[in-house]
Amino acid sequence: MKRLRTFRGGIYPPHNKSCTEAKNIVDLLPRQELLHFPMQQHIGVPCEPVVKVGERVLLGQKIGDSEAFLSVPIHSSVSGKVEKIAPVLTPLGSKSLGIMIRNDGLYEQAPGMAPRSVEGLSSEEIRKIIREAGIVGKGGACFPTAAKLTPPPSCDIDFILINCSECEPYLTCDQRLMVEYSEGIVEGLRIVLRLFPGARGVITLEDNKSEAVEALRQHIIPGENLEVCVLQTKYPQGAEKMLIYAVTGREVPFGKIPAEVGCIVLNTRTCYQIWDVFATGRPVMTRIVTVAGKAIQEPGNFRARMGTSFRELIDAAGGFREKPAMVLAGGPMMGISIMSLDVPVIKGTSGIVCLSEDEATIEEEQTCIRCGRCVEVCPMGLMPYRLYLLATRRDYKGFEKASGMTCMECGCCSYSCPGKLHLVQTIREGKRSVRELWKKERKS
Amino acid sequence: MNPIINPQDIFYTGASSPHIRPASVSVKAIMRDVLLALVPAAFAGVYFFGLKAANLMALGMLTCILAEVAWQKAGGRKITPGDGSAAVTGLLLALTLPPDAPWWIPVIGGIFGIIVVKQFFGGLGQNIMNPALGARAFLVASWPVHMTRWSIDGISGATALEILKNPDASEALPSFVNIFLGHTGGCIGETSVLALLLGGGYLLYRRVITWHIPAVYIGTVMLLTFVLGREGFFSANPFYEACAGGLFLGAFFMATDYATSPMTKRGEMIFALGCGLLTTVIRLYGGYAEGVCYSILIMNLFVPLIDRFIVPRPFGGGYIHE
Repeated sequence: MKRLRTFRGGIYPPHNKSCTEAKNIVDLLPRQELLHFPMQQHIGVPCEPVVKVGERVLLGQKIGDSEAFLSVPIHSSVSGKVEKIAPVLTPLGSKSLGIMIRNDGLYEQAPGMAPRSVEGLSSEEIRKIIREAGIVGKGGACFPTAAKLTPPPSCDIDFILINCSECEPYLTCDQRLMVEYSEGIVEGLRIVLRLFPGARGVITLEDNKSEAVEALRQHIIPGENLEVCVLQTKYPQGAEKMLIYAVTGREVPFGKIPAEVGCIVLNTRTCYQIWDVFATGRPVMTRIVTVAGKAIQEPGNFRARMGTSFRELIDAAGGFREKPAMVLAGGPMMGISIMSLDVPVIKGTSGIVCLSEDEATIEEEQTCIRCGRCVEVCPMGLMPYRLYLLATRRDYKGFEKASGMTCMECGCCSYSCPGKLHLVQTIREGKRSVRELWKKERKS
Repeated sequence: MNPIINPQDIFYTGASSPHIRPASVSVKAIMRDVLLALVPAAFAGVYFFGLKAANLMALGMLTCILAEVAWQKAGGRKITPGDGSAAVTGLLLALTLPPDAPWWIPVIGGIFGIIVVKQFFGGLGQNIMNPALGARAFLVASWPVHMTRWSIDGISGATALEILKNPDASEALPSFVNIFLGHTGGCIGETSVLALLLGGGYLLYRRVITWHIPAVYIGTVMLLTFVLGREGFFSANPFYEACAGGLFLGAFFMATDYATSPMTKRGEMIFALGCGLLTTVIRLYGGYAEGVCYSILIMNLFVPLIDRFIVPRPFGGGYIHE
């Protein structure tokens, strides 16, 4: 058998995907009356509300926008009245200015949402449509896609990678999308390739998603400049830099964007959304969210409208089977533990994972026995144990020199540590402190 | 079906990711695997040398556990004999003793190994030398007669390596089969290569250790011994020389000690190469017939240096300060 391509290091956590990977996506209409739309759902400049309190908004109407290049508009996912414009809680644990819309349950569409042909459009027009539809990277970082598709002119793009390597345990939202809407993903990639005629499109996914591989392959025309590339199932295969390395053998240097090594990486959902905006004219109003975890009664994938609260999604999944120890926005390896269920689904929400007591154990730190496993599994080629020591000793200069800032916080080190050290957690703190030092230096 | 809990009543724990960690990965599990892997060697020791070997092993383990508890109690530290590391040290120490050693040898050795070699330097993971080997070196220096008296089947005699070093017409070399199975004079746990291979294989299978240290160590000794030879170049039998003495015990169980071996695979190979070089040089040209213990101890002291210079190349070239 041919050895599948992959990256160095990494771990093999249990997939825990079987409870949701075979179930169809369920459409979810919000029962709740008040939907929250935070104005910061992407990396970059937050949006300004473009509607006023008391105004009636329609489904798909733009409610927030910004003039900045690194920003995308936000649209309403329901029709109703703007109730309030005030700070709202986001799943990221922060508060951001948000618009609260009272859903009237009519779902009256805003005018002008119609399919349009991509034929004859210039690159600029395509990018503008993508921006206006509010599309951001759906992998979690939420980088505005139009900006990503505008690489510096010095970069010669020869690879468009579609990241379908959903490597987080439990999450299957991208996998279901690939199985059910494979055509849209391939079509979306074809649209992106119009912007980069010299590039090759590669849809990448791990070998534990064979159904999706089949579904995607049947839409590819032989001789076309795109292909499906199957990679080893390993965490964190979905990390952008690891993916680029696995497929092309290129390493993205620290502080550089993938375009500098000739690659642009888009998430599955992002790619599908690009097709969707041309096929239906609809901006980003929904996303697929996996609700899973041992504490969930009936795990599944739901097409949720933006602004729907986590509480409602958990209810839709049958509620809790047992007392959850932790509720996560995202997967168990890199997700953020949330303190309230009253946070809305935003563009970057991939899953809600509710871990039971026996899954989520916060163990007491013991000691480093110098086994070297953290070094072996680190995909970034770092020495986590040393970074941990440097961070606890507050030796931030040494931390920087040991490449601590290149850590992507995938958590492989903490996962593999027999001494139960909070390795990545401490390194994360170290990175934060270094960034604060940088800020101070810049001021002085 | 369990009742659905009202989400209103729930207190959520906030934590920094990752939120799942396998319970099967722990210090305790590793030490349990090492103890299990030593069972064949311990069994072979009792089989070839009798119950006195079992007594020494029990004494060694008990002393080490008690010494660790006493030290931690006296210092007001967390009491951690449950992690199993003290038991491993005690058993390893006993396996490096001659079967006829008096009862107080493992007791004094255990106390020295745990308190001086391990706890003085900060305890688990902090020691700069392997506690069992440190204790053994201390015992050899203090009571050389007790530590170098060998016998098999009630007849005292020299070990195979001693005979190879000082060929003497009065003593014949044991056969290769006896050397491999363990039916020969030597330390309790070192004679049976078969038992050590079983244990070492288990450690490899469980991924407690990787091939790097044992393979490079044993390979270096075999190659060098073969090339240099005892009577001119290419005069030695590398298989016989590798299986005689404590090489397999040292390569699989002592040199692989996490705390006192390098953190990277490349570092481990350099470390094992050094161990192999020193062992061969001591065996062929040194004053002692066997050099495994001192070679590993000396290389232990090089580990901080190796770890300082042998570091992985960060992905993407690492961090460049602007």
